[in-house]
Amino acid sequence: MSKTTDAAGSPDAFKTVVFRGGGFAPRPRRWVGLIVFVSLILLLEFLTRTNVITSLTMPIPSDVFWTFMELWQSGLLFKHLVPSLSRLMVGAAIGCTAGICVGIVIGLFSLARAGLVPLVAAIFPIPKIALLPLFVIWFGIDEASKYALIAFGTFTPTVVATYGAVDNVDRTLIRMGQSFSMAWFSIVRKIVLPGAMPGILSGLRISLAIAIILLVAAEMLGAEYGIGAYILQAGSLYDLERLFVGVTILSVLGVLVSGLIGLMEKTLLDWRV
Amino acid sequence: MDLKLDDIGHSYGDLEILRNINLDIPKGKILCIVGPSGCGKSTLLRLIGGLEKPHQGQVLQVGDVPKECLNPLTYVFQDFALLPWRTVEGNVKLVLEDHKLAANQTEAIISDVLARTKLIDFRKALPKQLSGGMKQRVALARALAVNPAIMLMDEPLSALDSQTRELVMSDLVALWERAPFTSVYVTHNLNEAVRLGHSIVVLSRRPGRIREIVEIDIPLASRHLGDAELERKQAQLWQLMRDEAMAADQELLSV
Repeated sequence: MSKTTDAAGSPDAFKTVVFRGGGFAPRPRRWVGLIVFVSLILLLEFLTRTNVITSLTMPIPSDVFWTFMELWQSGLLFKHLVPSLSRLMVGAAIGCTAGICVGIVIGLFSLARAGLVPLVAAIFPIPKIALLPLFVIWFGIDEASKYALIAFGTFTPTVVATYGAVDNVDRTLIRMGQSFSMAWFSIVRKIVLPGAMPGILSGLRISLAIAIILLVAAEMLGAEYGIGAYILQAGSLYDLERLFVGVTILSVLGVLVSGLIGLMEKTLLDWRV
Repeated sequence: MDLKLDDIGHSYGDLEILRNINLDIPKGKILCIVGPSGCGKSTLLRLIGGLEKPHQGQVLQVGDVPKECLNPLTYVFQDFALLPWRTVEGNVKLVLEDHKLAANQTEAIISDVLARTKLIDFRKALPKQLSGGMKQRVALARALAVNPAIMLMDEPLSALDSQTRELVMSDLVALWERAPFTSVYVTHNLNEAVRLGHSIVVLSRRPGRIREIVEIDIPLASRHLGDAELERKQAQLWQLMRDEAMAADQELLSV
């Protein structure tokens, strides 16, 4: 400062102020994700083909691809995919619906909160797989036990996300509703529910991923067809190509579900700033 | 319908907020409440509208609620309290939906209040698209839609910048001139108080008591920015509040 005003006033006294802002603002970068994927697979292809990685530890990616094509052409793909998807949808639908309902009840009523939050906390960490034998006794060896397992696994995370979302609804909006003498049910339906929607949807993201994880466990319960059954079969035969085909299908399923929820967020939550 | 505050007192735990508030809220006038921060003026407003229960005394309604009135005591909030997922129109409609009005009646009310608040062109806009001044106009439209007997305004202009505040203030004056409404208007801004208040209640610092009630007889429409008489009133108010405000500022908060 003083340099520019002093008597000498030499021109080198002027300096550009150094820029030190910017950053900390994620921006969308298209294709980067895909490039990472493709280059990883190419690297793997190279390493397996040159036997740096033996076929015992990792299958060749292109072999996995051809195994997949075979599966598709034989028509077996859909025979595995259809029952898996229906188990996923029925189980997750039951679990998430029940979870959202219980979560809202916990969010709205202190008594329900006091009674149910510890219960949910107790159920949440139980590995659902450990209860497999019980599920068979309770729900039989058929579809019902698979639905129940997936429903049970998605239920608790949905409850936790939902009551957190209800807690986060702006109280001033609720006071506003009361100040206009809105009916209790109107306040819940028109203010609390839409206000909790962002939190519920991000909870669904997690719950549905858990549902996919549990699919494999569910299909351990004597399923002939299903992606999970296919993976388990390949695993017990140490057929790495088929194992990876199955895992990749699950992984793609996860990406699709996540994309679907992203789409729902875009349409349902377009009011967000 | 008038309101009468009868010996209101209130406290949060051990902290006494309000003491011995006796006040008449006359019809068709704007009553401003000013006071140092933390004197309980917003609490008083919540007590008046029944959003909180006073520990002592009562709020009395004098006379019957006018028939055409859907929600007699209606608030306008500092932070607008608009539903972000509803359009301008939807936010106004929200408060009419529980009243089981005919569709054309609802429509007529919405058009009327949006016209009065100059929002007709923004019916379908979402709150995120609106400026602060516009949002508060939507909140005003929503309050007018239920035809309140008394409007309870909690620092309605405090979230706006000073230019927008000036604009919305003249809108408020215009609305009142067209159809005089009864209002209790809480503010910490003395300029707002002298521009909008027919009478101004000065509260002391916590526990809030009524220190003085200043009346201003100039009609609202002829109160302009920089008016000498208003300046004098504002200076008088500041004299009343200065020491209290200073003492309030130095208090340790134990809340």
